Amino acid sequence: MAKIKSLDELIKIRDQQRSKVDLREKGENIDKLIHVKVAMATCGIASGARETMNYIIEEVDRQGLENVVVTQTGCMGYCYAEPTIEVTLPGKEPTVFGYVDEAKAKEIIDKYIKEGELVDGIIPSTHKTIE
Amino acid sequence: MAELKNEQFNELEQFIDSMSSTKGELIRVLHKAQEIFGYLPKEVQKFVAKKLHVSTAKVFGVVSFYSFFTMTPRGEHNIAICLGTACYVRGAEKVLDAFKRELNINTGETTKDGKFSITGVRCVGACGLAPVVMVGEKVYGRVTPDMVKDILEEYKD
Amino acid sequence: MSNYSMHILVCGGTGCKSANSDKIIENLEKHLAAQNMTDQVQILKTGCFGFCEKGPIVKILPDNTFYVQVQPEDAQELIEEHIVKGRKVERLLYEDPETNKRISDSQKMDFYKKQIRIALRNCGVIDPDNLDEYIARDGYQAIGKVLTSMTPKEVIEVIKASGLRGRGGGGFPTGLKWQFASQYQNDVKYVVCNADEGDPGAFMDRSILEGDPHSVVEAMTICGYAIGASNGRVYIRAEYPLAIKRLQKAIDDAREYGLLGNDILGSGFNFDIKLTYGAGAFVCGEETSLIHSMEGERGEPTTKPPFPAESGFWGKPTNVNNVETFANVPVIILKGSDWFTKIGTEKSKGTKVFALAGAINNVGLIEVPMGTTLREVIYDIGGGIKGGKKFKAVQTGGPSGGCLTEKDLDTPIDFDNLLAKGSMMGSGGMIVMSEDDCMVAMAKFYLEFSVEESCGKCTPCRVGTRRLLEILELITSGKGKMEHIDELKRLCRVIKDTALCGLGQAAPNPVLSTLEAFEDEYIAHIVDKRCPAGQCKDLLKYYILPDKCIGCTACTRVCPTQAITGERKKPHVIDVEKCIKCGACIEKCRFGAIVKK
Repeated sequence: MAKIKSLDELIKIRDQQRSKVDLREKGENIDKLIHVKVAMATCGIASGARETMNYIIEEVDRQGLENVVVTQTGCMGYCYAEPTIEVTLPGKEPTVFGYVDEAKAKEIIDKYIKEGELVDGIIPSTHKTIE
Repeated sequence: MAELKNEQFNELEQFIDSMSSTKGELIRVLHKAQEIFGYLPKEVQKFVAKKLHVSTAKVFGVVSFYSFFTMTPRGEHNIAICLGTACYVRGAEKVLDAFKRELNINTGETTKDGKFSITGVRCVGACGLAPVVMVGEKVYGRVTPDMVKDILEEYKD
Repeated sequence: MSNYSMHILVCGGTGCKSANSDKIIENLEKHLAAQNMTDQVQILKTGCFGFCEKGPIVKILPDNTFYVQVQPEDAQELIEEHIVKGRKVERLLYEDPETNKRISDSQKMDFYKKQIRIALRNCGVIDPDNLDEYIARDGYQAIGKVLTSMTPKEVIEVIKASGLRGRGGGGFPTGLKWQFASQYQNDVKYVVCNADEGDPGAFMDRSILEGDPHSVVEAMTICGYAIGASNGRVYIRAEYPLAIKRLQKAIDDAREYGLLGNDILGSGFNFDIKLTYGAGAFVCGEETSLIHSMEGERGEPTTKPPFPAESGFWGKPTNVNNVETFANVPVIILKGSDWFTKIGTEKSKGTKVFALAGAINNVGLIEVPMGTTLREVIYDIGGGIKGGKKFKAVQTGGPSGGCLTEKDLDTPIDFDNLLAKGSMMGSGGMIVMSEDDCMVAMAKFYLEFSVEESCGKCTPCRVGTRRLLEILELITSGKGKMEHIDELKRLCRVIKDTALCGLGQAAPNPVLSTLEAFEDEYIAHIVDKRCPAGQCKDLLKYYILPDKCIGCTACTRVCPTQAITGERKKPHVIDVEKCIKCGACIEKCRFGAIVKK
């Protein structure tokens, strides 16, 4: 990465990133892209978020679900329900699931990610985030 | 007691010699020393004092001031029980008592076979899982006194 | 894809569970089956909606209808009216207390969301290890704006006008602090970020560093420009390995992008950041102690003045702010001080992050506007008290704070109100206590902490806190006398007036505030030799109720001292001499046959 030399350059990069941030390696499949975020702060990891994340990556790979991107993120604040993950289907609001162990992850992949069918364990959003 | 090895001193010496300036770096050096030796016995403190050209008294003053530094060797498996407020409210003291009873040692002590030691820590920041116990790097959440035996069992043999 | 055309979401949060959500689901399923619609409508159990006062909540998708205080017997009407005929059940809709109108669309009901995330805006949203994601969310735009279109003085004016106050505990106006630091001329100046989160039960700074490290890097750079410093230091707890790793990566990445280093964004301004590890000392949260620790010394405080703004790290002008304070800065620069001052109370602007823990259902990290009441935090966001127990107190401000009780539930939380109530904001640990928690033992817990953490430099703190602890130990072990109460009060006053630094001056707070609100508990320990919460071991005895014990022998097997005896299928007995009051038997007994009193 070359150094950013001015504010204009920074703004240009921001705008590129905005359209690209979900795109990543997935090329033109952006319309079909499913984004899974795993909350990986200390309490999440202590509750098994790393195992959950690895499992999701392996399972997605094993089933050949090429339109699914799995990334890590910080604390979502729902410490009581760790590990937590957020799944965004194309054109839909992000949905957060709590207590996601391997069995729950499998259920989420098989039902929600593949079929769009909701499963138990949704955590409703309880806050507004400034844009 | 674990033996202090020459190569450990050499490693520490190399670390200190690689610093461009040792001004104000005593705590950083002690972090490294504890990482190498596992604890900070008198010999190590004297060595650090000599290398940094400060008095041993000053080194001891810093080591004894900070709770992260220990002057006694820990067991092969150190059991760190979180005694932060959230864990306290959810019964950490009972868990601590259970560990003490099972191992027949007090906080800050090591079992005779050098296998286990118990320390109390202040908040590991996983309050959602309170009470929390760490054995080495592994975190156990929502621990109850009757889980203690099973946890120890994982580390025996 | 899914065949379901509608979804019924039923709150299965712990708060609502006690309010029958399982029964509601059962009834909904039954009536749905009666209508032959189980393959068109899916019923789901969710986590807490955060509106527990009005729970249980039932939400219907896709039309977003939000029903409150739903009872199991309402299931039939919900299915027959809403699901089958598409008519909303008016009487179960939320009634706006001001207009008395029923609101059906939860999109218009966002006001029930008590949390607004400013400091935590990116936590749980972006990948903290990915600088591009931060940039996509306006990251480093604030430093861009500052460097290209504002003078240092203007930056300080914006922060001053925003009313931002230090989130580490003291609540000192941040803009004013920056102004002081800017006034001292020196070729070397320092910006220090205090990430030595020592308050047990607080983890907001750790979460910010783990979830959004770049916001701190950006804010420190802005501060550096404002006060004329090129050197940044983050003093961070060695106990936070993940936070250290992510912050270090953020610094390295920013440097690679040219957002740290020389000539940032072509402005000619230079700034860089280094990490310094702490080694576990609560007193290092105090800024002069922190600076001594950064110099490799014992972290003992020194008297102010001189303030760090004049003579700090290595005797140079130094500005110290805490992690959460910094996390607010880039947003204030981008959105302006007017926007920020609209949130919060008159003298405390913006939001505060709290680590909500203890005897509460939804343990978590929350961010609420200043002025939110304790009741909203505990019952709406926190989902109420664990196990349906009765609320007793909330402890804020950690070992330096005090407790708030039932009468304070409707007090808006801000810096000044908490101080007036004998507590303090502190860094944001909020520990909820129920009827099972003994307040004398709580005060003792915090005193143990303060005694251990006292650096020993001044006598009131070194000796005084130990003496306080000794008295509390006498009281909790049944050896207290009534004179002890006056003695505690007097000693507290002396320590408060004479200790050298904040740690010592605040150490008596847990004692004073529990004495103020719960003197009767102290008296019960002293006069009746009884612990009302049933927590102080020396004052308790364990008994088996013969009429409830069925002789299952579960307790005899867990008792570590073989204090319980009895024949199978006959009531057992506890030998009080052998009993060490560990409580293992109570947890094992499924018949409620073991009691302590």
